[in-house]
Amino acid sequence: MAKLDTTRRGVLATGLTGTFLFAFHLPVRAFTEPEEAPDSTQGKFAPNAFIRIDRTGKITLVMPQVEMGQGVYTSIPMIIAEELDADFAQVAFEHAPANEKLYANPMLGVQATGNSNSVRAWWKPLRTAGATAKAMLVEAAAQQWKVDPASCTAANSVVTHTASGRKLAYGQLVDAAAKVAPPKNVTLKDPKDFVLIGRRVKRLDTPNKTDGKVVYGIDAMLPGMKFATIEASPVLGGKVAQVDQAAAMKVPGVEKVIVLDDMVAVVGQHFWAAKKGLEAANVTWNDGANAKVNSAQIWNELRAASRKDGLVAKQRGDAAKALGDGEKVEAAYEMPFLAHATMEPMNCTVQLKPDSCEIWLGTQIMARVQSTAAQLTGLPPEKVIVHNHLLGGGFGRRLEPDMALKAIRVAQHLNGEPVKVVWTREEDLRHDVYRPVYRDVIQASLKDGRIKGWKYKVSGSSVVARWLPPAFTGNHDIDFDTVDSAVDTPYDLPDFRVEVVRCEPPGVTTGFWRGVGPNNNVFAIECFMDELAKKAGKDPVQFRLDHLHGSPRHQAVLKLVAEKSGWGSPLPERVGRGVSVQPSFASYIATVVEAEVDHDGEVRLRRVTCAVDTGIAVNPDTIEAQLQGGLIFGLTAALYGDVPIKHGRVQLSNFNDYRMLRIDQTPPIAVHVVKSAEPPGGIGETGVTAGPPALRNAIFAATGIPLRRMPVDREVLAGRKQA
Amino acid sequence: MTTLHINGEEKTFDAPPDTPLLWVLRDVLGMTGTKFGCGIAQCGACTVHVDGKPVRSCLLPVSAVGDRAVTTIEGIGATDAGARVQKAWLALEVIQCGYCQSGQIMSAAALLASTPHPDDSDINAAMAGNICRCGTYVRIREAIKRAAGEREEAKNG
Repeated sequence: MAKLDTTRRGVLATGLTGTFLFAFHLPVRAFTEPEEAPDSTQGKFAPNAFIRIDRTGKITLVMPQVEMGQGVYTSIPMIIAEELDADFAQVAFEHAPANEKLYANPMLGVQATGNSNSVRAWWKPLRTAGATAKAMLVEAAAQQWKVDPASCTAANSVVTHTASGRKLAYGQLVDAAAKVAPPKNVTLKDPKDFVLIGRRVKRLDTPNKTDGKVVYGIDAMLPGMKFATIEASPVLGGKVAQVDQAAAMKVPGVEKVIVLDDMVAVVGQHFWAAKKGLEAANVTWNDGANAKVNSAQIWNELRAASRKDGLVAKQRGDAAKALGDGEKVEAAYEMPFLAHATMEPMNCTVQLKPDSCEIWLGTQIMARVQSTAAQLTGLPPEKVIVHNHLLGGGFGRRLEPDMALKAIRVAQHLNGEPVKVVWTREEDLRHDVYRPVYRDVIQASLKDGRIKGWKYKVSGSSVVARWLPPAFTGNHDIDFDTVDSAVDTPYDLPDFRVEVVRCEPPGVTTGFWRGVGPNNNVFAIECFMDELAKKAGKDPVQFRLDHLHGSPRHQAVLKLVAEKSGWGSPLPERVGRGVSVQPSFASYIATVVEAEVDHDGEVRLRRVTCAVDTGIAVNPDTIEAQLQGGLIFGLTAALYGDVPIKHGRVQLSNFNDYRMLRIDQTPPIAVHVVKSAEPPGGIGETGVTAGPPALRNAIFAATGIPLRRMPVDREVLAGRKQA
Repeated sequence: MTTLHINGEEKTFDAPPDTPLLWVLRDVLGMTGTKFGCGIAQCGACTVHVDGKPVRSCLLPVSAVGDRAVTTIEGIGATDAGARVQKAWLALEVIQCGYCQSGQIMSAAALLASTPHPDDSDINAAMAGNICRCGTYVRIREAIKRAAGEREEAKNG
């Protein structure tokens, strides 16, 4: 079969100007090569790696991105089915296997789901895949009728010869279509002809989530399965000192205690036995070099680093000179470590045999789980079978393979029985990869109500340097994520400089956390914009509009959110409205939070309004849901999120001290989706980025206190402590 | 051996009496619809009904269940309130990752069974023990109201 004309490079060239990319990392081959397709093609029309149609007309679509709640197992089928002109009622999904060649994300260059880019990355390739398959089905029908394919149309999985009214369903065309040569070029639909995209299509993954039928990784059940739980060194780099194996073995149901250098596992007949056994084992530790790491030290090091000059990520004009023109304003903002706390705790099931390793889990990185498991076991990658599942939350935590590798290390001490390793919530919170602490120093000069010079310096850990080193070294040691939404801020800033200082915290591993770099940068910039507005004597919305002449789409959402939120209308005492604007993930969003601060410093959320222009809204209902949920995720962090470190140990135990926003604290959230014909933007992380600065600015408006550290400090708001 | 009445069936199994019901359901009986979230009754993911009342199964020793009827997410659709909640959940597309939703649905079904017309404060009281990390609370509130309304429509119709 010929290759489709849309290569990954082609996709990259079209949609992603101005974004840092892993372009150098991309495979050069076309993304669909049928000889590499998995076995699910047997007896089916399988024109590429994504589409299988059987003789009954059932259409199974292979999902190159994973479903962790963001709705991608519906939006991706919608995109394919739109161009395929498929009957959506006959569409089902299937998890993609680990296969970097077939399923690497075109924007990331690896088989990963993240950075809110599933729809952006796959928009063209999957439309092309659908259109190509449709053309082959139409050709097959036309051959059968001996008519010109151009005289036929397709809709709802049926090809119709317009003149004669003859019809053939896709299921009837499966065998003939498999023999048709795929067209080299296909025409994609004009968006005005979309019948699925833009509709509030019902999600394909949710019915089984209402009745207990859904299977997450943690629900994998296998004959003869053992259950285990683990305790890894509470200090990074620490080693096991003592284990009371005899006490553990006395617990009913415990079968084995596995003592490794940096981890202890107890295996039993069920999780409860394993957990009780591990408690009885009373593991003690030699903490090692990180025994004295604590939060104060980490912050001292970061603050010292933030006083150095950084690498220049972007500049235009002459920021240094412009900073001397007008009133100079400076502020520094500080962001805490954050844990992911996916509702499904970390877990992985493994069956390791001498010549194979089978893995059951929910992961955002199928191929990396396979390759790292192959390295650990010494097996060839093709002997490592990874079964993906729906994810009980990802948020970036499942961009790591550690839960699989730890489970394999347990399985290496068994005799080929499958073992399900489930972490306690405590283990999950204490052995996360944490959102980095950041410190952002901004300087600007104001003259006649306008910003003249702008210098932004972000200091913090580089996750990309660990996670995908070539993307770091290949970009002159500048982590594109660390500066995301700082280098492309939408404000009119002619004399502009962004610097970055890499500073790795001792004893703490950092990772991607929903909203990634933009969370930090949008927070600092939007807080600072409010402080500048106040200095300039301007309304915060008007001050932003005055600096958004270069971005009409931002202007439009900002005006819309101001209108919908009742911006400027009177409020009771100690109630404020705060606004934030963001360019992140190729979506244009403005948000207003209305909040009340009581005299004890407690904050009550009253109302949230959000306006979003995400280009073509593939499924508007999902976009609203992602913003509603993302806002709560972000506001949770702003109100509670922190990961204190003491004696090298994460000072968290469970949801009692890593608090979550609950339903009784959740305000009404109105999301207004702007109609647009632009290509789709990203959405899954945008609400997380939007919430904290808008809340902080609402608190600023309500109290006059400009908080510069997250999370919200009630002591400061109550006047018992200096900001 | 212990026998429990779960979703209208008798289930007999062997487990130490202090084993929480959650782990008997999941690991011994293979009923994985009920979820583990925290193990200390802070998140509500493990909510089941015992004689119709919502209970956190992660802290309920199996020996304390006795003859009482256990209902789990796998069986809740057989109750009037449970079926209405499931329907409303899909109609309003409440669910995202879905991991907490077994517990949310169990709490909501218990609320509607005891309080047919819950107001916002009833909803807060009944649902504040259930964490949703995806933040589906706005839709959960709407869906409970919709499920309550459907009962009215059914009566009036």
